[in-house]
Amino acid sequence: MSSLPVFDYVNATSPAEAMGQLGAGWSEAALYAGGVDLLDLMKERLYEPKKLVNIKTAPSLKYIKVENGEVRIGPLVTLAEIAAHPELQKSHPALARAAGKAATPQIRNLATIGGNLCQRPRCWYFRSEDFPCMRKGGEKCFAKEGENRYHAIFTEGEPCVIVHPSAAGVALVAFGAQLKIASSSGERTVDIEKFFVRPKDNVRRENVLGPKDLITEIVIPASAAGMASAYIKIREKQSYDWPLADVAVVAKLSGANVEACRIVLGSAAPVPHRATEAEEFLKGKPLNEENAARAGELAVKDASPLEQNAYKVPLFKTVVRRTLLALKETKAS
Amino acid sequence: MTEKTVRVGFSGDSKELKINPPDTSPPAWDLDSKLAVVGTNVPRVDGPDKVTGRAKYTYDINLPGMLYGRILRSPHAAAIVKSVDTAAAMKMPGVKALVFAFDESKIGEKKLRYAGDEILAIAADSPERADDAVRAVKIEYDPQPFVVDLDDAMKADAPIVNDGKSNVRGKNPRGDAAAVDAKLAGSSKKIEATFRTQVQTHSALETHGLVVAPDGDGIKVWASTQGVFSVRDGLSSNLGLKAEQVRVISTFVGGGFGAKFGPGVEGVLCTKLARQANAPVKLMLTRKEEHLAVGNRPNSLQKVKLGADSTGKLTAISATTFGTGGVGGGAGCTIPAIYNLNRDATYKAESDVFTNAGSSAAMRAPGHPQGIFAMEQSMDMLAYELGLDPLEFRMLNDDNPVRRAQFNLGAKEIGWPNRPKVAGGGKADGPLKRGMGVAGTLWYAGGGKDAKADVEIGKGGEVTVYQGAQDIGTGFKTVLAILVAEELGLKPEDITVRAADSRFPYGPGSGGSTTTPTVAPAVHAAAYAAKRKLFEALATTWQVKPDDISAKDGKVFVASDPSKSLPFKKACAALTADKVTGSADREANYDGYRGNTAGCQFAEVEVDTETGVVRVLRVVAVQDAGRIINKLCSESQISGGVIQGLSYALFEDRIMDKSAGKMVNANFMEYKIAGPKDCPEIKSIVLDVANGRNSVGAMGLGEAPVIPTAAAIANAIYNAIGVRIFELPMTPDKIIAALARKEGAKTA
Repeated sequence: MSSLPVFDYVNATSPAEAMGQLGAGWSEAALYAGGVDLLDLMKERLYEPKKLVNIKTAPSLKYIKVENGEVRIGPLVTLAEIAAHPELQKSHPALARAAGKAATPQIRNLATIGGNLCQRPRCWYFRSEDFPCMRKGGEKCFAKEGENRYHAIFTEGEPCVIVHPSAAGVALVAFGAQLKIASSSGERTVDIEKFFVRPKDNVRRENVLGPKDLITEIVIPASAAGMASAYIKIREKQSYDWPLADVAVVAKLSGANVEACRIVLGSAAPVPHRATEAEEFLKGKPLNEENAARAGELAVKDASPLEQNAYKVPLFKTVVRRTLLALKETKAS
Repeated sequence: MTEKTVRVGFSGDSKELKINPPDTSPPAWDLDSKLAVVGTNVPRVDGPDKVTGRAKYTYDINLPGMLYGRILRSPHAAAIVKSVDTAAAMKMPGVKALVFAFDESKIGEKKLRYAGDEILAIAADSPERADDAVRAVKIEYDPQPFVVDLDDAMKADAPIVNDGKSNVRGKNPRGDAAAVDAKLAGSSKKIEATFRTQVQTHSALETHGLVVAPDGDGIKVWASTQGVFSVRDGLSSNLGLKAEQVRVISTFVGGGFGAKFGPGVEGVLCTKLARQANAPVKLMLTRKEEHLAVGNRPNSLQKVKLGADSTGKLTAISATTFGTGGVGGGAGCTIPAIYNLNRDATYKAESDVFTNAGSSAAMRAPGHPQGIFAMEQSMDMLAYELGLDPLEFRMLNDDNPVRRAQFNLGAKEIGWPNRPKVAGGGKADGPLKRGMGVAGTLWYAGGGKDAKADVEIGKGGEVTVYQGAQDIGTGFKTVLAILVAEELGLKPEDITVRAADSRFPYGPGSGGSTTTPTVAPAVHAAAYAAKRKLFEALATTWQVKPDDISAKDGKVFVASDPSKSLPFKKACAALTADKVTGSADREANYDGYRGNTAGCQFAEVEVDTETGVVRVLRVVAVQDAGRIINKLCSESQISGGVIQGLSYALFEDRIMDKSAGKMVNANFMEYKIAGPKDCPEIKSIVLDVANGRNSVGAMGLGEAPVIPTAAAIANAIYNAIGVRIFELPMTPDKIIAALARKEGAKTA
């Protein structure tokens, strides 16, 4: 096994203490929660922070609270805890399912929702020190002309064709979640859609966090309460695999009709990808096979797949259609 | 020697054989032998150690003052090493030794031929420091042109990987191409198809590696190996030591699959580091190194033509194959001669193609899974072409009574008549369609003469078997206990097994499915010899002839005189010495029932025609391995073969970036291996065949069960969706594309 580089290690017992330990640059310190992604990056020497700030020792960051339809989740909550949460399973099934379908039971027991949203891309060129790709400060995106079967299909204008790896993020975008982000200069609230960053805006980072920032809370607004939601993930392997395609849908249904909905595609673009045209199309229409299929087509209308991933276009058509039709079965209670 | 008669075969087909075994041999077990332990379900003797973590693998060996080795490898697919500066690395704290993987005087001209090629190794007092030191070595490379893709490497202007004018090295074709083509032209039905299979890496859970400790004027070695004695011989010849100066121990091994014979480059480097530092060194490879540099199953490109006459009898086969084993060879695709086709109806031309990638190594039935993927899909295509049931078509062309019986057993178990009769025509559950497929196989594995064994009986009734060969996870140690228990009338748990140590009697490397068939007769004979010594001692006490005494059910007794019966332990008190030892060499094989083993597998799949995802629901695997020693472990071995075969069929793939010449998925995250939820319901059926050939009659089982799985799944996919997938792994992208082509053809 590859070994870790040398680093300092401190325990933080509160968010304030953690923030006090962070530095002005990424290389100074890194927040350490589940460590699932962080330690892998360090072993491959893709990231060598001088200090790890352990925040598992900060109990105030670990809770799930559901009050008056609003859901507030501390960043240290694990994917396994979200997946097994009885209330979320009923009220926000798309989120519980997305968390529960990720990785393996062992990883879900360790991986935190905060870390999951912040994880670096799984692109194999990015993950290997053998390839000095653009995201690591290099000259080119190897995937564009290389081995790109698992990469993005919405690639227009993007210098890098990663897909964002967070499945929970796909569901949270569908729910219109907001993130509370703290730093030594104060707290701000960011709409989750604005949290993720496209390569054309910053090819080195996947989100707006700076080196001194800490996600302190994930909020799903009360307006999402009572909506139906569904999440479907298609993967090659049924044990421990990244999705080829995953889709989350959150919809306000009125009888057989869709009043409003949000359709989000994962593993399709460098950020969770909203299919806005499909969302518009469904407004006021009955949720049936024909309309769901049409929404699937609209969802991939603007896709520009790479040499090896054209198969994802028909695949997403299917998954969008199936996820919409699954809403009927998973209607919130 | 006295001529004896034995009956061999199985219930469906048997014959009598005259044999002339040496007089020291125990009575041969044959079809009529009633055995108490052999062939029953015996849990592994080391199972509790493994599941509780008591078992110590090479990884777990830690010695006082031990250093950690790490290898520096080429980051380039091809490059000349212009200069090496190790000064900074050697000055780092804790660094104790550095050795080159090649002659240091060649710096400036040494050509590295693949990303992962060894350059040097460093030992330091912690793994982290060894890692840091390797990174601190400064090397100036002169990158050279390279090629990593099979098709690119076959082009006339491809960079030359090894030497000569071309990367393609053809073997002498077998058969007469023109005569075979004429037979094909005259066939009433024929098919022609091109198949491709991928590179698969061995991916044993325990990576390659060893711990080497200086020991007097020699060395003591713990190795994760398939060949304790080949590690001993490899290291002693490499270092100019005598064989007895090298002791190799391999208590537990976390898998090998063919890539762990001999010390390997890492073994030689580790030993040199240990001798330079005069300290124990542990050098275990990383997962990435495992994928890059210690072996793989070559890929293949196979062009097959197969014909049949109007009655469904095969007329001829022609196969032209290419494959790349990286910088090494061994990429032949054995299209195994399962069915009735004469030599004059067979043409085979195989070529190795060199590429700038890690060398192939023998992998679980080398060449066969590739060849059977092509052969058994060709058989299927021809069956559909003829309008015959694919199973019936095989039966029409298969004379082997064992496999015929297996086809019938398997068909019954899977419910073959329930498959869709028209490919793609089955009842669909929405987009989900089901189908069934079958594929046959054969393997050899009768074992040979290279083994000795000692069996010791102590005065207190302790029984110990000594055999130097390793147990790579197959249950070999349990086999030793079973054989001795059978001969002495004891239970396997009464036997102490001492194995996997080069100080013990010689045993073979675990390759070619030959460990058990080679060793078993020697152990049987040693147990018999030890028993004779015990009987001789008792004969004096009891005033009978040794031949009058028997051992059974934990007792030693004279059948004709009930007063002369003792529990085994008490009987051993008759020994005058503290212990007696029976020693034996492996006898030569005599003629047996058959020289090879047969097998077949049936698969049932469910294909999601919209997403292309294939789920294998059931696999029925029927296999012969001569006499079965341990039914439980045999069934496990078959399940393991099916799982690895399924993983090969659907997931595993070494993916190279063509422009960089490097593997992109050298890990277990993106190199996909079947997990628990991907595994089907597996029904393993062992068909016990008293094979003769020696006093035990066991045949090997390690390799055969991995061979037909991918072909059976491919045929099942065709049966389910009416579209054939010619390329492994059969991933959703290929299924979606193939279905779209079919749809396109319909509307066009």
